[in-house]
Parts: sequence; C-alpha cells; structure tokens
Amino acid sequence: MSFFQKLKNKFSNTNNETDQKTPEKYKEGLKKTRTSFSDRMNNLMARYRKVDEDFFEELEEVLIASDVGVNTVMDLVDELRMEAKRQNIKDTIQLKDVISEKLVEIYQGDEDEQPQKLKMNDDGLTIYLFVGVNGVGKTTSIGKLAYKLKQEGKKVVMAAGDTFRAGAIEQLQVWGERTGVEVIRHNAGSDPAAVIYDGIKAAQARGADVLLCDTAGRLQNKVNLMNELNKVHRVIEREVPGAPHEVLLVLDATTGQNALAQAKTFQETANVSGIVLSKLDGTAKGGIVLAIRNEMKIPVKFVGLGEQMEDLQEFDPNAFVYGLFADLMQDEEQAE
Amino acid sequence: MAFEGLADRLQSTIQKIRGRGKVTEQDVKEMTREVRLALLEADVNFKVVKQLINKIKERAIGQEVMESLTPGQQVIKVVQEELTQLMGGEQSKIAVADRPPTVIMMVGLQGAGKTTTTGKLANLLRKKHNRNPLLVAADVYRPAAIDQLETLGKQLSLPVFSMGTEANPVDIANEAIKKAKEEHHDYVIIDTAGRLHVDEKLMDELTQIKTNVKPAEIFLVVDAMTGQDAVNVAESFDSQLDISGVVLTKLDGDTRGGAALSIRAVTGKPIKFVGMGERTDQLEAFHPERMASRILGMGDVLSLIEKAQENVDEKQARDLEEKMRSMSFTFDDFLEQMSQVKKMGPLGDLLDMLPGAGKMKNMKNVQLDEKQLVYVEAIIQSMTRKERQEPSLINASRKKRIAKGSGRSVSEVNRLLKQFEDMKKMMKQMTNMQKGKKGRGMKFPFM
Repeated sequence: MSFFQKLKNKFSNTNNETDQKTPEKYKEGLKKTRTSFSDRMNNLMARYRKVDEDFFEELEEVLIASDVGVNTVMDLVDELRMEAKRQNIKDTIQLKDVISEKLVEIYQGDEDEQPQKLKMNDDGLTIYLFVGVNGVGKTTSIGKLAYKLKQEGKKVVMAAGDTFRAGAIEQLQVWGERTGVEVIRHNAGSDPAAVIYDGIKAAQARGADVLLCDTAGRLQNKVNLMNELNKVHRVIEREVPGAPHEVLLVLDATTGQNALAQAKTFQETANVSGIVLSKLDGTAKGGIVLAIRNEMKIPVKFVGLGEQMEDLQEFDPNAFVYGLFADLMQDEEQAE
Repeated sequence: MAFEGLADRLQSTIQKIRGRGKVTEQDVKEMTREVRLALLEADVNFKVVKQLINKIKERAIGQEVMESLTPGQQVIKVVQEELTQLMGGEQSKIAVADRPPTVIMMVGLQGAGKTTTTGKLANLLRKKHNRNPLLVAADVYRPAAIDQLETLGKQLSLPVFSMGTEANPVDIANEAIKKAKEEHHDYVIIDTAGRLHVDEKLMDELTQIKTNVKPAEIFLVVDAMTGQDAVNVAESFDSQLDISGVVLTKLDGDTRGGAALSIRAVTGKPIKFVGMGERTDQLEAFHPERMASRILGMGDVLSLIEKAQENVDEKQARDLEEKMRSMSFTFDDFLEQMSQVKKMGPLGDLLDMLPGAGKMKNMKNVQLDEKQLVYVEAIIQSMTRKERQEPSLINASRKKRIAKGSGRSVSEVNRLLKQFEDMKKMMKQMTNMQKGKKGRGMKFPFM
C-alpha cells in the first residue's frame, strides 16, 4: 500500500469518529495553499527527471516559498540527499513518495496525531491567555473561541486586556454582544494586569467556566512590553493556581521567518502552550507551522479560516496534511 | 535571534580563502550560496532571490571580486549595491491634486496597520507639510474599526468623517469628499477595511471607491514581517488598483523585512514610508540603502548617526571631546553624556542599529534595562559636587552615604566607580591612539 493510501485510510478512520464537516472546511480553506503547493511539486517533477543538485536546490525553493523555515528546509533536503544516495534513487518520481512522507512526519510530530484539545480545569475556572504581535487577530480569535465554547454549553467571560490600542476594548465589546458573552473592561490606558485581575474575580463571582484574556499586541523585541506581559501572566498564576491553562500565541499565516522569533520570545516570557494560526484563508501557505513544529515543538491548536464567527477550526494534523496533499494523493491513485 | 547576518554567514568561507590568497570560481559559488540563504532567511521572495543571485554571480566571477584583496567585503559590497539599486531611490513625496482636496486611499490585508498608519500619515501631513487633512472611516466590517480611527482623531485633534457601520463604503467616500470641499480640507485620507487579495467582492468595492473618488495616491500598507506571500498580495492589489506606493509597517520589530525587496521587485512601486513604532509620530521616510543593510543584517549605522546628529548638541559634544582629551572628565560630564544618549531614544533601538549588535543581544548579560540608567543617575546625584569632580575622594563611609541617598546598594556604587575608572582608561588609550596613528579611520566591526 502506498504511503498516501495509508494516510488516507488513517484519515477516514479518525474522520468517522469526529466531525464530518471538518475535512470539507479544511479543503475549502486550504484550496489556495494546496493547489499552489502541489502544482509546484508536479511542475518540479515534470521538469527534472533525474535527481541531481539542481533538483534539490529547486526543491528547497518550493518549500521555502511556502514559508517553511530555512533551517527546517535545509535539514529536510539534506536528509533527502542522504536517502536518495542510500536507496540509489535516480528518478525524481521515485523520490516524491519519500518527500511527502518526510513532510507529513514533521507536521505530525512524533507522537500526537490526534487534534490537540484545549486543557480544561475540571474543578473551577479555566483561564486562557492570548498573546501575539500587533495585528495578528488576537481579539478576533478570542471572539470566535468565545462563540465556540458557548456553543459547547460553557459559561464564558472575556477580559479586555488590550488597554493600549485605540478601539481595542470596543472591538471586544462588539464580539461580546455578538456572542452574548460578558466583557470585563476598564478605561483605555489603564493597567492591563488590573483588568485581568478584575476579570478573574468577576468570572469567579459569576461561576463562569472559562475566562478568555485579551492582551495588547506587542513586538517581541520590546523589553518593557514583554515585561508587562510577564506581569499579567504572574497575576493569573497567583490568583488561580495552575492557571493560565493555555497561553495561546496568535500567529498570522502570512508571517515569514519572523514567526519563529515570535514563538521563541513569547514562549520565554509567557510560556506559550499552543498556537492559533490566523488568516489561513488567503494564499499564504502556513508553512511556518512546519518550522515551528520542528524547531519549537509548540503544537498548533486552532486555525482561522475566515471572518465569520464559526471560522475558527480545531487544528487537525491529519486533515491539514490531507488538505495540503490531496491533489498529490489523487495523482498517486490514478497512477496505481 | 535565530538569524545570522550575511557577514557572519560569509565568515567561514572567507576564512578558507584567506589561507590561499587566491579566489576560485568554486569559492565564489560557495559565497553566493551563503548570500542566497541570507536573503531567503530575510523573507525575500525566492524568485527575486534567484534573479539577484544571477546578477551577483556575474559580477562576482568577474574581476571585481576575484582579484580583490578582500573578497568577502567585496561580495557584501556587490550584494548591497544590487539590493539598493533594486529598491530604488528615496521617494517620500506625497502627491498633490490639481484641485483640492487631494485624496489618499489606504488599502491592505487585515491587521497590516492601515488605521494606525492613517492616523500617522495625517499627523505627518499636518506637522511637516502644514496641511489640513480629513480622516475617513470606511472600514464598516471589522468591529470597532471606526471607534479606533475616531479615538486616533481625538488624540491628534483631527476631524474624522464616519457614517456608522450600516453605510456603504462607496457612499461614505463620496460624502466625505463633499464634506472636505465644504470645510476646505486640502487632504482626505480614506481608511478602508482590511481584505484578502483573493476576496473578489471586497476587491471590487475598492475599485468602485477608486473610480468614484479618483485618489491621487493609493497606499498599500504591508506588514514588514510578511513572508513569501508578500509577492502575491502586492501583485494582486497592484494589478487591480494600480497602487501608487507602499507603506511598510512594524519595522520597529526585529524582522529583516525582506518583503520590502519582494514588493518593490514585483510591482516596481516605491516604498514611501515606514512605521517605526506605536506612537503617532513614528512614521518615517524610507531609506533604500538602510533597508539593504538591514536585510543583510548589517545594522543601520546611518540611522544611528542621523539620530545622534538630531539630538546631540554639537558644542557640548566638542566640549566633551576636549575634556576626554585633557583627561578632566568628571561624573558631571558623565551625567551630561547620559542625558544626551537618552534623548536619542530607547537604548534597545540604538543597539539595533549597530552592526553586529544582533549577536550582542543574544548574550544574556547585556541587559538593556532603561532602569539601570535611572539608578546610575540616582547614584551620581547622591554624590557631593566635590566627589563628582574628584572620585578618588570617595571612601567607605562616603560610599555608604551615597548608597543610602540613592536607595541603591554599596556594591552598585562600587560597580559604577569601577566602570567610571575603566571608561577613563579607555579614553586615555583612545586619545593616545589618535595621536599615534593619525589619519587612519576606524575599521568596520564586521569582517
């Protein structure tokens, strides 16, 4: 059985147990990503019959064009060079299977192939903290997650911790009205840690299940702002032992190599536990997921696939990989 | 930071060559491979990189590099020249329409920073060009986008035109122009909603606004951190709207900003401004040669010099130099020097501009804590006038008093005294050096 066959079977198995609609959404959302990636791969295979240095160099480019980190690509291609030598592969078509297998390996990580569920606090308040640089979609992601959690029957409260950017509090307020979730807010310019503190107290008083904490966007090289974030984190830790239960770094799918620097610095400051990959519905490849997975070991938990309330999907590595390589798989099947 | 500058990358290849004294074609090939990786790591689009590398290879294999005594430096020079050339000249002029008002449209993806840039641009027009702009809130989709622009308008005391979220953006634009004419605004800046370049419906809306208001400028606002996709975004916006320029935002981060090069290469449109911070006055003109250095990870010495020139009083600087030479440098002068440095902006920003500083920041012991400066200031201010002139006076009991007065520990006072002595020693060496080898300029820290 070919590798793709295996992947497909695995995918349809998990599919039966989970939501039937997810793969369709992925397929739709990743349409641009997928076609451009597999187009390029096929194009590459068509132009190079023989495996040589030029072929590898161009393969590097195809991968880098998807924003997969340069280091990750170099490692990967080096491995492929070795593999080609070891198995004495001369024909590029033969290498195709190996390439895809290696890519999936990185996407899926070592052990966990199942979607990573958000951690919940079974006895008491669960707190999720959202962090990230400016303009990645933190507030929007919070609004979408609030909707999702509410659909699941949870009582949700949001804390408007972005007291800096003009209109940020109002933005969260609008999401609160849309989703019917209460927003705890202070005036613009007040101390974000104080807002979060009040948020925790309010959420506890109302017997809420989940508190979603917004923070202001900050570039990771601004020491003062990162210290401020650290303070917010400390306040949460102090008020609810074991919290925050998730620190979600929101990353813009169009971001390039800088996303790695973001992941690294935010992890040092706020102990990031998962990633929300936003704006994946454009032509951006989201290849950075691969790099972050490979170099940082931080799992992706959600992807943003549109502007509607429902457009936040749990990240399912199998579905993601399936979506990314679906066309390649079809070719494979036809060939067999 | 995970990235090395081009200079660091080339280091190992250069080391090899040094032993041989002759550069082969293979060496050049190896060097161009490093150049290629450096550019890709800086998020320059791979197609653009390919074109560049071919050009660089041609020049490098020619006599320019291979017969040079310092091939590494030559390669960097060639690369930098090519990058600067590709990025075009400096163009931060804003068009003026024949008949006022001049209309500017701001377009771009979600979260690029359009609204913030709209505010900054209006501020710039008023302050530097003495204009009277009207801001238009045409983002009716994102929650509270109008509130955001209105808040910015309030901060800047500039009028904002809005019609709520129910109105059609095209109507809003038309009404705004009418109002600008009535109230004699000479500029109208329209803040449009962020949209994906593949969203046909929303892209059509922009085309409609464009045909209605006939803008003199359409600025595409792009996040400097954008990766390979920058090319697709810029290409689509340009082909549908024929943009007139680009504003690169969030350049105060630590991204290399290779997107700038990609956009310039595929659209041929100038990058006019760069966003350098969250404050409304932090919009600066774009400097191609500085951007080239940044992409290559070589620091931004020119900006640093400019900042210094802007903020340092020349006479004071000359006095200080004289004092250094005559070795009569005291704690008072030290304090004076510190306040000059502080005027130039946050320390971290300054360090970013220095070549090789990327590496320094990696070292955990280099702390860029602004508070340290405040502590040092407090310690010096707790000294008597005499002590400042003559630090050798300071004995144990005086140290204790100074520590108490400044609220710092005695060990901190000790450390400062030690640093001060070291500094004086260094100055002595420097002045000796200058006397000895006159005319020999400082060597660049890279290479």
